[in-house]
Amino acid sequence: MEDDWAHDASQGVTPRLFQPATTRRAFVKGLVATGVLASADAWLPRRTALAASADVAMLRGPEIDLVIGAREVSVTGAARTATLANGTLPGPILRWREGDDVTLRVRNELATDTAIHWHGVLTPSNMDGVPGMSFHGIAPGETFAYRFHSRQSGTYWYHAHADFQEQTGLYGAIVIEPSKPEPFSYDREHVVLLSDWTDRDPRELYLLLKRHSDYFNYNQRTLGDFVRDSRRDGFGSALQDRFAWARMRMTPADLADVGGHAYTYLVNGKTPAGNWTGLFAPGERVRLRIVNGSAMTTFDVRIPGLTMTVVAADGQHVRPIAVDEFRMGAAEVLDVIVEPRGADAFTLFAQSLDRSGYARATLAVRDGLEAAVPPLDPPIYLGMADMGHGEHAGHVATAGAAPDAHASHESHGAADHSAHSRQTHPETETHNAAIDMQAAAPMPRLADPGVGLRDNGRRVLAYADLHSAFTDPDGREPGRTLELHLTGHMDRFLWSFDGVPFSGAEPLVLHYGERVRVVLVNDTMMEHPIHLHGMWSDLEDERGEFLVRKHTISVPPGTRRSFRVTADALGRWAFHCHLLYHMTAGMFREVRVEEGAAPPGEHDHAHVHGEASAPAAEHEHAGHEHSVGAPVPEGETHEHGVAEPTPSAPSHDHSQHAHE
Amino acid sequence: MRTNSRDATLLRALAVAVLLGAATPVAAQPELPPITDADRAAAFPDVGGAHAHGMREDPLDRSLRVDELESQQTDGYDLLAWKAHAWVGRSFDKLAIRTEGEQRGGDTERAELQLLWSHTIARWWDLVTGARLDFQPTPSRTWAAVGVAGIAPYRFDIEATAFFADGGDNAARVEATYELLITQRWILEPRLELDWYGQDEPALGLASGLARSEGGLRLRYEIRREVAPYVGIAQERRIGSSAELVRANGGDPTDTRFVAGVRLRF
Repeated sequence: MEDDWAHDASQGVTPRLFQPATTRRAFVKGLVATGVLASADAWLPRRTALAASADVAMLRGPEIDLVIGAREVSVTGAARTATLANGTLPGPILRWREGDDVTLRVRNELATDTAIHWHGVLTPSNMDGVPGMSFHGIAPGETFAYRFHSRQSGTYWYHAHADFQEQTGLYGAIVIEPSKPEPFSYDREHVVLLSDWTDRDPRELYLLLKRHSDYFNYNQRTLGDFVRDSRRDGFGSALQDRFAWARMRMTPADLADVGGHAYTYLVNGKTPAGNWTGLFAPGERVRLRIVNGSAMTTFDVRIPGLTMTVVAADGQHVRPIAVDEFRMGAAEVLDVIVEPRGADAFTLFAQSLDRSGYARATLAVRDGLEAAVPPLDPPIYLGMADMGHGEHAGHVATAGAAPDAHASHESHGAADHSAHSRQTHPETETHNAAIDMQAAAPMPRLADPGVGLRDNGRRVLAYADLHSAFTDPDGREPGRTLELHLTGHMDRFLWSFDGVPFSGAEPLVLHYGERVRVVLVNDTMMEHPIHLHGMWSDLEDERGEFLVRKHTISVPPGTRRSFRVTADALGRWAFHCHLLYHMTAGMFREVRVEEGAAPPGEHDHAHVHGEASAPAAEHEHAGHEHSVGAPVPEGETHEHGVAEPTPSAPSHDHSQHAHE
Repeated sequence: MRTNSRDATLLRALAVAVLLGAATPVAAQPELPPITDADRAAAFPDVGGAHAHGMREDPLDRSLRVDELESQQTDGYDLLAWKAHAWVGRSFDKLAIRTEGEQRGGDTERAELQLLWSHTIARWWDLVTGARLDFQPTPSRTWAAVGVAGIAPYRFDIEATAFFADGGDNAARVEATYELLITQRWILEPRLELDWYGQDEPALGLASGLARSEGGLRLRYEIRREVAPYVGIAQERRIGSSAELVRANGGDPTDTRFVAGVRLRF
């Protein structure tokens, strides 16, 4: 089988993006492709080399059998019991075709219930795999057959949605082959599944975080940092900064709850020393299907020496954008194309946000090669502006007044900065001991590559760089706005929406067929990847225009981001932070899509805006000393650059933000 | 030909958009298929009573913290001192035990145990109520205890408790600790405790009023988060009338000791 793929790869029938169709090579390929189309039912990926390093198993649909069992593994050298699909870490890559009627039979050989969720895959509610919402779960000894019609293509993944089984190894990649040609070509592809493994019992780990939320943080600011900052910024300024954080009873080093002291970061189940290797032949275009399948880790990913052209986000095509690096929240997926040449080996380097460790793999012309592994970047400390505390909210940037060449992409020139209003908060956050902070002036910051990645000399992807390759598939203005705040208490390790954990919250009710805008406001210090099951999350730009279709939207601290949802999937759906321990703690809601037209918001716990036009847009000011801007690419502009914000952008009526 | 399909698609999309724009002022609502009974059954299946999302947000937990377990070296005698805190409970409600005391040459000079219910009342504060038992000095005594514990601005760890005993006796204690990271594992912990009594305490050699303070400076090394040996100095001072009492007996109201011990956290 593997040989077949490799052989077929040489035929590379895919049309090439950026290459005129009139070249002889493409013409010949076109002929081959026609032949294939005439004789075969699938046209493209079947002729593409799949994971040439045959160490990740693959199962091809439309009928697939998975067996979930407890298996002893040794990731770090210590024997541990993992929860695995078909006995491998990660589970096998599942491949089927768009349009297939898929049957996924999952047999549970564990002593406890299990459940598999097909992340980003549109299914009826009862096939979505969330115990208590979609079904009863899969009892020990039981086989559950997930059956659905596959309505999409692209790279997705699956993972346990039961207990902590995702942390103990129950995840894998899904590739759905498209029924129509994709708007780009490649000669070979590899799945790159990033994950985090711990030798600790995840139940214990969760309790440990509740007892000592800083247990794993060995990147705190120390006396040495104070001395350094004093030299750089002056003693008074350094002291003032310490006071500002201490007064809030917080630390700017709280970037991740669990880091390299507990985690070994994996690529396709291989440790950095194990060095998973993906092969390429010089001159090939290689598609990497990169999935962040970790439980708790935000990764910053790059391949030194190679430009990555992002062609899909969360499985859906985007206008190609060339970057050097990108940040991925847990559960996010990016497809990139690289053209390795000039060296035999390249390192894929994925460092954790807290800079406590990294996952590493190698792209090489043959097994056994390796390239230099870059050092971890220095630890990141949040600035007050990162927390949406709006230290600079009063500063008004005017056109041409940007402090330096690194002005934010979102610098609005002479935009209406008087539109700045203080963020309001739901009543449930008032006098609530389960939250420890509220953002005063959060902003979308879509062009911000993120804390620790600004001005690092590399072209770093930001959400503003992602544009779906298609127009807004719905086209309607949202009929109402649901605003939800991401809330928590670091010290007590409590996580919730609007200060109310899942156990105390009513479902959010959507009406079948309606289009709603969901605004997420991050009232915590942490970045939360928020995932809505069953329906797409269509991320909006600052002006409320459709930007990119996703299934998981990362919301950094101090931001306010909005997306649209077309409620086209009847049923009960999970909506949650994809950091496993945050979800466990209660940063989780049920979204219920019901028939009929009850008055909007009647049952909604979230505060509902009656009016349609209240996107997350608060105009941003250009970066000041805490620049929130994206670095200006050096020497090259993005192929599909950020939409130029127009100074005449209409000012939004912020009175509509008043909560009911 | 396929290379151009994207362009063609875009053109078509554009054409459709233009047509739609011309024909309908409002963007068309996507057509959703009519809902069948099968759809309804699939949307709201019987979940067999499964607990929604199968997670326990706030499981029962327990913790043991031995803040101080140390030998105190001073002129002429050695003291063994302890201060520990354990609890069982959930995020907002815990049953807690606090204990502290001192032994000199095998004789327990002071030993107390507090049994408290700790209930979260604010973002950073828990209310504690319960009882305190003094085993030593004798005769033993029982107090009612009420106080707060939490984190004050600037991240001071605070415990402030008032105690009430039979016969109108009362007392109060405030403790504040702070952590200074020299490195990730070398941590300096300044600590201050103030004790106030509403009446003279002959067995303790204390007079009523603000009677004593205990300042400490401990430098620990966290081998693991759970285990951290430390060294430091502790200074006990008698204050006000209590200091007069000591002086009257020819003593020094200030007693400075070197301490060495281990901090444990589980």
